[in-house]
Amino acid sequence: MAARRVSYFFSRSLSLPTSPASLAKKYGLSGKGMQRYTTATVLEEPVITPPVQVNYTKLLINGQFVDSASGRTFPTLDPRTGEVIAHVAEGDAEDVNRAVSAARKAFDEGPWPKMTAYERSRILLRFADLVEKHMQELAQLETWDNGKPYEQALTAELPLFVRLFHYYAGWADKIHGLTVPADGPHHVQVLHEPIGVAGQIIPWNFPLLMYAWKVGPALACGNTIVLKSAEQTPLTALYVSKLFHEAGLPDGVLNVVSGYGPTAGAALASHMDIDKLAFTGSTDTGKVVLELAAKSNLKPVTLELGGKSPFIVCEDADIDRAVEIAHFALFFNQGQCCCAGSRTFVHERIYDEFVEKAKARAAKRTVGDPFKKGIEQGPQIDSDQFEKVLRYIRSGIDGNAKLECGGERVGSKGFFIQPTVFSNVQDNMLIAQEEIFGPVQSILKFKEIDEVIKRANATRYGLAAGVFTKNIDTANTLSRGLRAGTVWVNCYDVFDAAIPFGGYKMSGVGREKGIYSLNNYLQVKAVVSS
Amino acid sequence: MNGNMEKAWMRIPDIKFTKLFINGEFVDAISGKTFENIDPRTEEVIANVSEGDKEDVDLAVKAARQAFDHGPWPRLPGCERRRIMLKFADLIDENVDELAALDTVDAANLYSLGKAMQIHHGAELIRYYAGAADKIHGTTLKMSSELQGYTLVEPIGVVGHIVPWNFPTQMFVMKVGPALAAGCTMVVKPAEQTPLSALYYAHLAKQAGVPDGVINVVTGYGSTAGAAISSHMDIDMVSFTGSTETGHRIMQAAATSNLKAVSLELGGKSPFIVFDDADVDRVAPLALLGCFFNQGQICVAGTRTFVQEGIHDKFVDRLLEEVKRWVVGDPFDPNVNQGPQVDKKQYKKILSYIEHGKREGATLLAGGKPLPGKGYYIEPTIFTDVTDDMTIAKEEIFGPVMSIMKFKTVEEVIKRANGTKYGLAAGIMTNDLNIANTVARSLRAGAIWINCYFAFDNDLPIGGYKMSGFGKDMGIQALHKYLQIKSVATPIFNSPWL
Repeated sequence: MAARRVSYFFSRSLSLPTSPASLAKKYGLSGKGMQRYTTATVLEEPVITPPVQVNYTKLLINGQFVDSASGRTFPTLDPRTGEVIAHVAEGDAEDVNRAVSAARKAFDEGPWPKMTAYERSRILLRFADLVEKHMQELAQLETWDNGKPYEQALTAELPLFVRLFHYYAGWADKIHGLTVPADGPHHVQVLHEPIGVAGQIIPWNFPLLMYAWKVGPALACGNTIVLKSAEQTPLTALYVSKLFHEAGLPDGVLNVVSGYGPTAGAALASHMDIDKLAFTGSTDTGKVVLELAAKSNLKPVTLELGGKSPFIVCEDADIDRAVEIAHFALFFNQGQCCCAGSRTFVHERIYDEFVEKAKARAAKRTVGDPFKKGIEQGPQIDSDQFEKVLRYIRSGIDGNAKLECGGERVGSKGFFIQPTVFSNVQDNMLIAQEEIFGPVQSILKFKEIDEVIKRANATRYGLAAGVFTKNIDTANTLSRGLRAGTVWVNCYDVFDAAIPFGGYKMSGVGREKGIYSLNNYLQVKAVVSS
Repeated sequence: MNGNMEKAWMRIPDIKFTKLFINGEFVDAISGKTFENIDPRTEEVIANVSEGDKEDVDLAVKAARQAFDHGPWPRLPGCERRRIMLKFADLIDENVDELAALDTVDAANLYSLGKAMQIHHGAELIRYYAGAADKIHGTTLKMSSELQGYTLVEPIGVVGHIVPWNFPTQMFVMKVGPALAAGCTMVVKPAEQTPLSALYYAHLAKQAGVPDGVINVVTGYGSTAGAAISSHMDIDMVSFTGSTETGHRIMQAAATSNLKAVSLELGGKSPFIVFDDADVDRVAPLALLGCFFNQGQICVAGTRTFVQEGIHDKFVDRLLEEVKRWVVGDPFDPNVNQGPQVDKKQYKKILSYIEHGKREGATLLAGGKPLPGKGYYIEPTIFTDVTDDMTIAKEEIFGPVMSIMKFKTVEEVIKRANGTKYGLAAGIMTNDLNIANTVARSLRAGAIWINCYFAFDNDLPIGGYKMSGFGKDMGIQALHKYLQIKSVATPIFNSPWL
């Protein structure tokens, strides 16, 4: 096995442009004359090649980049073109075994859980500082692998990634158990201990942010980790994990296995030496993960799954603002958000005006090469998702929802889809029931608050909800009545580190972010003495 | 012991900041007055520092008030305050040499210890509170009718910090750190004996990006500047560390002015209890350190050493061996354990307590005299056969004077240890689980150290019972004293649950 030290791989010889604008300029693509999706020619232009090298493509096990045991690799594709960016080592059960045994050793013997919490917090802080220094490269890799707008990755997601690690660094030395009153002459104290080796499976829609949600709390609590990134987006997890080792993380504490769900993912979920599993992805896969945990060693499982989140616009709402936020709630990140506001319920009195404005807004949405300045929407992640979204659009049309705009692919290569708006959507239509995970907005009409609560709750999901109203009673009634893990009132997609996130019903189990996320990674031990 | 006074480490560091720090600028006192800053090693003047008075406090409060009522600091999200505080901590780490030297010439804190640990610990505490800045949680409430209720946890406002001279760095960060994280603005009055590092910290905070007016430092005397803070009508809270006598005055001033919230960390006469089963080789050095560290100038010093009769003589013999190895001298000398007392007043007070001890019939086991020559040096002094009614067993000496008292039973020592107006800290030396648990629960003191002493930690709150004060420093509890709670309730309709 060609095992070398992580630091050996750190070689950077790039001159980076300082902003998306200068990047575009460098490649002769100025922001003016920006093309709309309706003119498909935009994608016939040559794609921008980001000035970043792909240096890390192997598995990261016990502090070293290594080939997979089988020697196999898989291609990670550029969703703008479907072309190969790099071949990445493909981990499967054998590699997971090796990673778990490194993580096990690092937990059972290694320095990490025995370090002072303050030292752990310093390593997290140093890591965040290193990420801050490499934000541009990371944002470029993220966009290249995922297709999200570069400006979004650079100016929103990377800074949030840094804040998340600062946040969790601050928790490391503030994990408090309780001393507890006893009924008799007993002294009772409760110790919060790290749970052990955590297996973490993250999705492709926000590769870095999902990494932060998982890795941050697990490390702050003193655990060790085997992380499986999504096969669509393996690149940034490897890069930042290398930075983590540079920041002083001991070997074996954080292992990254790239690979597929049915092989590497299943091996993690069913592993007998993993103490805790955290998964973010689809509800169908979540069921499999939970089942594997049940059949193996009963490891506790955190699941953050799908959604069909209602976005409720009441008659007293500021319509223009509601239109803009509803648009953002659905189309952000190509509609590939688990909490996307994908059922837009609008009060009948403002329905027509809302639909007109929502349609106009969607028609204005700029679709194109995500490296180009001013682009709001890039391609869907891969051909499977692309085909699936188009099938849902077809089903909407066939089901007699009114197609207000969009509905087609954009261009002839890559996985670009027009921002699509349906009105007159009924609760029983497929597009109102299933998670599309694409740029398809479904607008439904409602009359009464009680009615909309009932209809909004009539789903197997319960991840998030948006409420637009100026009335305090309406806001309170909806906030309490909706069975969802997050309710955003007059806002949407607010993702502070401190705000807990997670689902009701089949949207998942447990909460990520905030103080609540720590519970996932701690054991509770009561010590009672007489 | 004191023969090395002419060595190279007698150096005095460059003193860059000697003026008041108000609204982000170093300024002279309005009166133009200054006071002498004296090196306790030589009794010589090393700097003249601006002497703030009521008018200067007024200006500082005005700046802090403006910064709180209209400035960005309390309105920044916690994550932004955290970022600035992390930068502040990094700057402290970068300036360790100078900061440690200032505390050594000012307070006679050991230079090598300051450089290797204490200043970094200051930075660590700032980082601890930086991490807390975005973790200030209110609660949503379980109401008994159709109401939505919740609490908002808000910064208390303008805080006055009056800090002592024994550990200038620790005291500064201990007060300023949590108040900054909470989103407060503040006026800090360092002790007149040790004004230098506080001014330096204010400068670093500004460099880190703490907005003007958030931290103001008014150097000066307690009876003028300190009194102006505690009686100020526009200060929302005063946090004081110092003597119990001054604590009385501060609370009175708060009561007769605007009823500002008060937090007091005052004196102590902490018991250090050695049970028969203790390991003498481990405990004797700990008892020595627990009493003589920082020249005995530490509020939690273990000054009443209760030793169970079965181990008493063995303990005393071992202690005597230890104290012979305890080196008194220039605190810049890396081999020195104990420097001079902070000033002439303290020095004389301690010597008079030693005379009390002798006169009242305690047996002088070691020390008892000042060192010859310049500087406020006193020998580490140990009395045995001390009884509870002697002055040295009752009053806080704040010097290198240990009083050893013999006891028989657990019940007896609990009673005697609690027989004091103070209740700051206590040490329990035993391997017996039941004794440890019983005594830890029975002692009326704010910090109990079992088989250790001075186990300070960022996360460990410190503060007194009884006349040792109220309100905690360090830990999350300290953050909460700079916060206040607002309850919000509003009717709700048709909630599916209550």
